[in-house]
Amino acid sequence: MHLAYPAVLSALLFCTGLYGVLARRNAILVLMSVELMLNAVNLNLVAFDVWLSRAAEETLHSGQALALFTIAIAAAEIGIGLAIVLAVYRNRGTSDIDKLRDTAEGHEPDGPESDVSGSGASAPRTATEKAEATA
Amino acid sequence: MTLAAAAATAAHATATTAADPQGFLSPTGVEIAFLLVGLVTLGAAVVTVTTRQLVHAALWLVVALGGLAVEYLLLTAEFIAWVQVLIYVGSVVVLLLFGLMLTRAPIGRSPDADSGNRWVALGVAVTAAAALVWVVVDAFRTTWIDLDGAPAGSTEVTGASLFQHWVLPFEALSVLLLAALVGAIVLSRKAKTEAGADAEAERAAATAPGAPRSGATRRETEGTR
Repeated sequence: MHLAYPAVLSALLFCTGLYGVLARRNAILVLMSVELMLNAVNLNLVAFDVWLSRAAEETLHSGQALALFTIAIAAAEIGIGLAIVLAVYRNRGTSDIDKLRDTAEGHEPDGPESDVSGSGASAPRTATEKAEATA
Repeated sequence: MTLAAAAATAAHATATTAADPQGFLSPTGVEIAFLLVGLVTLGAAVVTVTTRQLVHAALWLVVALGGLAVEYLLLTAEFIAWVQVLIYVGSVVVLLLFGLMLTRAPIGRSPDADSGNRWVALGVAVTAAAALVWVVVDAFRTTWIDLDGAPAGSTEVTGASLFQHWVLPFEALSVLLLAALVGAIVLSRKAKTEAGADAEAERAAATAPGAPRSGATRRETEGTR
C-alpha cells in the first residue's frame, strides 16, 4: 500500500477535527472534535509503525505502543472533560463555550443572557452563585 | 526538483521492478478498500462536525471511529483495531451521549450549534489541510508499505513489545488512568453534595414566606439528576 493513503487520510481527518474545535459552540461537540484529532494522530502512528516494522530492523513497535497510550489518555481526557463540562453546566446552566467569558479582558455584559453570574444579575441569584462558588 | 524526484522515482522503479512492482495507476485491492473506507470515514467526520443535531453528531462519530477501526485492520494492526472498537465505539461515544443528555442538549435541530467564527475556522482548516496534504504527498510519494507476510500488529507482537520495552510507560499510564478515574469521581461527587446542599437551602428558602424564587429553574434541572 502506498504510504500516502493513510497519511493523507490522517491529515484530512485532523483538519476536520480542527474545524470542529474552532467552529463548534457546544462543549461536548468540541470534545468530539478533539477525539477526531486524536484518532487522526493514531492512524498516523499505526501506519508509520507498520511501514517501519518492515523497512527498519529494530523499531520496538513504538508506533503501536504509542497509539495504545494515546487511546488510554484519550479515554481519561474524555472522562475528565465531561466531568468538567457537567460541573460548568450545573453552575451556569449552559454548556455553551461562547458564554463563558468571565476571564475575558475588556468584556462588557452585552445582554442579560451573556453574563449569568456577573455583577449585572439580580441580588439573590448573585448570592446563590457566590454560595456555590465558595462551597 | 520535481523533475529530479520523478527521475529518481523512475530509476527506483526500474531498479526494483523485478522485486516489487508497484505503481500509482494500478492500485491493489487493499488500496481500493482503504480508499473507499477512508471516504466513508472522512464523510462521517465531516458530518460530525457540521450537523446541527447534536445526537446525530455523536452517532456519526460512531461511523467515523468504526471506519478507522477498519482502516487499522487493513493496515494489519488487529489489536489496535479491536481496542479502538472496544474503547472508542464502546465507551467514549456512550459517555458523550450521556454528557449530551445530562446537559439537556436539544434533540432536534439547534440553530446555534456553530459559533460566529465558522468561516474563519473553515479557512484555517482548509489552509492547514492543503499544507499538510501537500507536504505529506511530496514527502512520501515513493514509499510503500509492505503488507505481505505476518501481520505487523497482531496481539502477540503488540503484547511482547508492550511488556518488554514499554513496561514503565505502561505502568505510569495505569497510574494516570487511576488518577483520572478518581478525579472524575471527585468532580461529580463534590458537585452532587453541592447540589444536595443547594437543594436543601432552596427548600429552606421556599418554606420561608416571601422568599426569592430565583433559583427555581436551576433546582428543576438538578432535580432530574
